Amino acid sequence: MTTTEARLSTAAQPPVAPPVDRTARRTALEEAVLPAVVALLVAAIVGDILILTFGQSPGTVYRLLLEGTWGNAYGLGQVLYKATTLTFTGLAVAIGLRAGLFNIGAESQLAAGGFVAALVGLLLPAGMPALLTLPVYLIAAAAGGGIVGGVPGVLKAKFGAHEVITTIMLNFIVLALLNYLTAAHLKVEGSLHTAAIHSGALPRFSSYIEPFHGSAANVVLFIALVTAIVTWWFLFRTRRGFELRATGLQPEAAEYGGINVGNVWWRAMTLSGALAGIGGLNFVLGYKHYYEDSFASGAGFLGIAVAIVGRNHPLGVVLAALVFATISQGGLAVNAVVPKQMVDVLQAVVIIAVAASVPEVRRMLRKAR
Amino acid sequence: MVSGLAATCAKGECLRMRKLLILVAALVVVHVAFLFVQPSRAALPPSDKAVNVGIVLDVGGLGDKSFNDGAYRGATRAEKELGARIRLIEPGEGSDREAGLRLLAAEHMDLVVAVGFIFTDDITQLAKEYPNVNFAGVDYSLSTDKAGNPILPPPNVAALKFKEEEGSFLVGALAALVGKSKKVGFVGGMDVPLIQKFEAGYKAGVKYVCPDCTVIVQYAGVTPEAFRNPGKGKELALNQFQQGVNVIYHASGSTGLGVFEAARQTDKLAIGVDADQYSEAPGHVLTSMVKGIDVAVYDMIARVKDHTFKGGIYTFGLAQNGVGYVYDEHNRALIPDSVRARLERIKADIVAGKIVVPSTR
Repeated sequence: MTTTEARLSTAAQPPVAPPVDRTARRTALEEAVLPAVVALLVAAIVGDILILTFGQSPGTVYRLLLEGTWGNAYGLGQVLYKATTLTFTGLAVAIGLRAGLFNIGAESQLAAGGFVAALVGLLLPAGMPALLTLPVYLIAAAAGGGIVGGVPGVLKAKFGAHEVITTIMLNFIVLALLNYLTAAHLKVEGSLHTAAIHSGALPRFSSYIEPFHGSAANVVLFIALVTAIVTWWFLFRTRRGFELRATGLQPEAAEYGGINVGNVWWRAMTLSGALAGIGGLNFVLGYKHYYEDSFASGAGFLGIAVAIVGRNHPLGVVLAALVFATISQGGLAVNAVVPKQMVDVLQAVVIIAVAASVPEVRRMLRKAR
Repeated sequence: MVSGLAATCAKGECLRMRKLLILVAALVVVHVAFLFVQPSRAALPPSDKAVNVGIVLDVGGLGDKSFNDGAYRGATRAEKELGARIRLIEPGEGSDREAGLRLLAAEHMDLVVAVGFIFTDDITQLAKEYPNVNFAGVDYSLSTDKAGNPILPPPNVAALKFKEEEGSFLVGALAALVGKSKKVGFVGGMDVPLIQKFEAGYKAGVKYVCPDCTVIVQYAGVTPEAFRNPGKGKELALNQFQQGVNVIYHASGSTGLGVFEAARQTDKLAIGVDADQYSEAPGHVLTSMVKGIDVAVYDMIARVKDHTFKGGIYTFGLAQNGVGYVYDEHNRALIPDSVRARLERIKADIVAGKIVVPSTR
């Protein structure tokens, strides 16, 4: 393994980046930033036209949108809360895509992570310090999501079952199962959620900074940021990460280079599921302190968009998560003047604009050199 | 950063690079220009004089032909007749429920309405944080203490409860009188106490006019999915029609669309629920058991306007026109006058308390 590793690393892509000169770095920065700028501008203009068709003033709507999100501490807190979950699901999908696998199952992995964490929380004795319980919760959530993600990975590695099909189908199975367990056995009467966890609930920002009052933002945000950094380090600074990316670029070549592609596949899917699963802690530990049926409600699927817009780079994922969280929370703020569907359309336009503008703007950039 | 790019690019490259920058600049100009467009019928500013009402809908959103649309209808009527200002929020995901309520409460609306039992916890919590804002919860679920007595909601919360069993009693009687086959059917959605209330009232209504009739009762499932499964609804309905049932009452959300489909296919009758569902299968909808969410929402807004709003449990039954059955030009031909007269007598008896309708099976 080490010899092939050495061969590959000199031949293709060295795991440790060589010192880059400033032009190359600037080029990379331009290619990363300009497409996003163009895409967001195009999306904003489409948004303008949509708003006008509803007979509203784009200036007013965008002002409301900004005021309701970044304009006050509560709105900002809501954006950060939503961005936290989206960062996890975005990282999950990005890890999969880096390995050449399209994980459509982040939705059910997220739900399973939250569910298992809540179950563990119900079993823990009351009054344990959060510092002790946090690792337990992390492991529980990662295991919940990891198992749901790992099954398609193993099916892919052993039987060649396509992960898109298996993850989509597992969404139905897992969500239905969790729904059944919650609705038939665990729910508090008159609701669709479990009882509150006994210990280890994490504090919201509002308990330290008063203006955040009422917003759901909580310290899981920091776990998300640390996870993003660790994911970056794993992808670009470790052997396993290198194997994962090599497999994603060209599985046959990776296999020839001595990488066990099957192993990479199931590990990547398990890791992907685990990342999405940990995202469940944002709701269960940080916000409501119980598992509620369908709390994920789309955050897993939106993770696909977050990963693609963030170009499968952890930093990009964090930024894209902030963009989508802003649109989502802003949608509530402008709901009085434009219908919710307009915001959904705007979200879709951002995705399409990014998907289309990345190759186009890069082509223009390349021509320019 | 953009100007920095232009300054540092080498000769010859600049032309194309500039093209890109022109594109960006053009997009910015277009966008900024749009920002200043002010259409004539732009948003109304909130008014101090009018009653300001905020409504947070269930995740299903507008266009569900039942629940949410009902609340919206009540609100638009209040807008026209009482001059209320309505702000509507359709939450996209679970955490938006609380966020939506909070946005409205923070704006010090005169009344914040939440549609659906799922809001119960959120309302309770926010009502304590905003004691000066009035809240109303449609289908707010009351918890009970250890002795089994319902725990009252916070003093600024109106829990809007409906006596679905009373309306179901009437359509049960109607089904037995029109069905003529001594067998009537019931298709429920998810097997939960809320739907069992419909079943209990319906059965009692059937037995009241026809003690030897049998009621075939089937549920589509035990998960919320059972409210969204028209295929299953059709299967259950066809099966019941085959057993000699002529009329089926459904309380099953969009699963009921399958019941209507089966009624159309076999030329039998179905009874709608929540809203007037005549248009789902014209000619095959005997009537609908309507739940007056619009009435309830309107009523709450009117109370806020008159400064008579008080927290507590509000029950909407036949007496308050909170539930009822549809009788109009569409289904008049299906309901003989004698049957109609009988139903009205039964209704009067329920309102007068002469008939007590059970709410559990």
